[in-house]
Amino acid sequence: MSARGPFQDKPHNKLGLRVEALSLSRGGRVLFDDLSFAAAPGAYVEVQGANGSGKTSLLRALAGFLRPQSGEIVFEGVDEPALAFHYIGHANGLKREATAREHLRYWAGLFSGAPSEDFIAQALDLHRVLTVPVRALSQGQARRLALARLIVAPRSIWLLDEPAAALDDAGKAVLNELIASHRASGGIVVAAVHEPLGPSPTQTLRVPR
Amino acid sequence: MFAFLANPARFMAFSAWAAPVLFAGALVLFAAGIPWALFYSPADYQMGETVRIMYAHVPAAWWSMGAYAFMTGASFVGLVWRHVLADVAARAAAPVGAVFAAICLITGSLWGAPTWGTLWEWDGRMTSMLVLFITYLGYIALWSAIEDEEKAARLAAILCLVGAVNLPIVKFSVDWWSTLHQPASIMRSGGSAISGEMLGPLLTMGGAYLLLFGALTLMNMRAAIFRRRVEAAELRKAQA
Amino acid sequence: MSAFAATFWRELQLMWSGGGALAPIGYFLGATMLVPLAMGPDRALLEAAGPPLVWIAAALSILATLERLFQADLEDGSLDQMLLSPAPLELITLAKGAALWVAIGLPLTLAGAPAAIALQAPVDRLPFIVISLALGTAAFVGVGLVGAALTASVKRGGVLLTLIVLPLFAPPIIFGAAVASGEDVTAALSILAGCALGAAALGPIAAAAALRLQSE
Repeated sequence: MSARGPFQDKPHNKLGLRVEALSLSRGGRVLFDDLSFAAAPGAYVEVQGANGSGKTSLLRALAGFLRPQSGEIVFEGVDEPALAFHYIGHANGLKREATAREHLRYWAGLFSGAPSEDFIAQALDLHRVLTVPVRALSQGQARRLALARLIVAPRSIWLLDEPAAALDDAGKAVLNELIASHRASGGIVVAAVHEPLGPSPTQTLRVPR
Repeated sequence: MFAFLANPARFMAFSAWAAPVLFAGALVLFAAGIPWALFYSPADYQMGETVRIMYAHVPAAWWSMGAYAFMTGASFVGLVWRHVLADVAARAAAPVGAVFAAICLITGSLWGAPTWGTLWEWDGRMTSMLVLFITYLGYIALWSAIEDEEKAARLAAILCLVGAVNLPIVKFSVDWWSTLHQPASIMRSGGSAISGEMLGPLLTMGGAYLLLFGALTLMNMRAAIFRRRVEAAELRKAQA
Repeated sequence: MSAFAATFWRELQLMWSGGGALAPIGYFLGATMLVPLAMGPDRALLEAAGPPLVWIAAALSILATLERLFQADLEDGSLDQMLLSPAPLELITLAKGAALWVAIGLPLTLAGAPAAIALQAPVDRLPFIVISLALGTAAFVGVGLVGAALTASVKRGGVLLTLIVLPLFAPPIIFGAAVASGEDVTAALSILAGCALGAAALGPIAAAAALRLQSE
């Protein structure tokens, strides 16, 4: 995983996400200019904006997929940049022919995580569909399976793009529970949403700026 | 000098006079070289008058390979330093190199026809040149197929570098293959014995092709930069 | 389980559940069948020209499987996840290539024996033909990774993929077909092995570079 910005091992090893003067343009259009924010452990940053406004691009820039025109993205207090964060995008990253269980095993290998499948399945209400291929899952179940990555391997920072998409109220409750416990253990969550998720954000970013 | 030209505005100013100058120079060299080749150089003792096609064929071969080398360098610079002009340069040189390769193939076919008795013969050099031509086509096609200009430039650059590694391997393979299947290459391509009198017109034509390559590449670059400026202006208008 | 192993097994499972090598083998045998239909069943003619054509059929069969190799991952978001793995992307693309070779290249290699027989290859040449196909399909997969990665974002990029990959297929075909024809077999086999190793080593690296660009 290429480091998209210098990660700094602060002497006190405190977790943090810091963005300084970030500017990003795509296809000649300026999405945001000189964006700065910082998130401390337990923070929940909500990125709000209409569809196509650049929320996804901001998250993808944080994840290192997009190179910003200028600015810095710093992950503080993490041992290795590759182990700093999870990214859950619009697309679920699922293969239709593979079962839920096979996905969990694959992610455990891919992300060096521990596949305590039953625990994960319980947490996401998927225990009844573990052996079902993804093509037979409902949209909500598929989304919850995608979110399972968050638990398969522990990462301090979560970058979520419309995590509640296709989730019903029960699913949203599960998601909020996940976010709450992650924040309680000192993690950071950055979520792009087009309507508020539930928990009140420690900060809100509006895009475009 | 490259650092100086790396600024697009300075490049446009430079190429505004450089392109016509190179083109004029090419015309001069062609005007000198073609009559020299056709009328004032000796016929080959083996091939007779048909050897004169060599003066069109060999420089085309040289500079179709030279153009690819240029593209490889520009692609490398574009990948490592992400400089727009490097991408534009690589893209601009491609059609010129491809046309030179085509000229080489066609003149080679015409040249070999009297000796081979057929319009095409799978000889080592021609086969390698054909692979180069197809490599050019793939590069141009890839660039055209991808909508995002920057992404197209980077992906094409990777393809160009991969091709650069591949071409010597292909040359080696094809040489091996042609010794396996043909005891000797019939077409000397002006290889073993170029008399001094042949060297003059050959180098003149070589220079003419080189200047033509330079002129055409610069012109293509200018056209590309103009097009990008127009697109940027239209984009700004749409967002206003 | 390492990221390499996890990717390898998953790809293998996905390919097998998607019909496995059935379609490519069918394609391969069908293409082989077209040869005598086109050339006539004259034994002497087939014996001279037939075995190398097995090689062309193998190349085309591998080409046919390459188009969706990375395109599906790009579309469904799996590519993002591969990029986020602590394991280097080069290792992951190598795993995908290895799985493709095991799932399709290896069966093609085995099917090469009956195909070569059908095209009148002498029996004593068969072991060499099979070994050459094993190496050749590996080389095809290695360079095919690059073509697939470069065209992953192009809709219906199959033709473009073929165009890009053809110059890269030329060296393995030259040496593999030479083995099939029985000409200078030792030299050809060793160079072919070199092609396979080179493609397996460099292909994943170039493919990974292209894939990083695709996710931008």
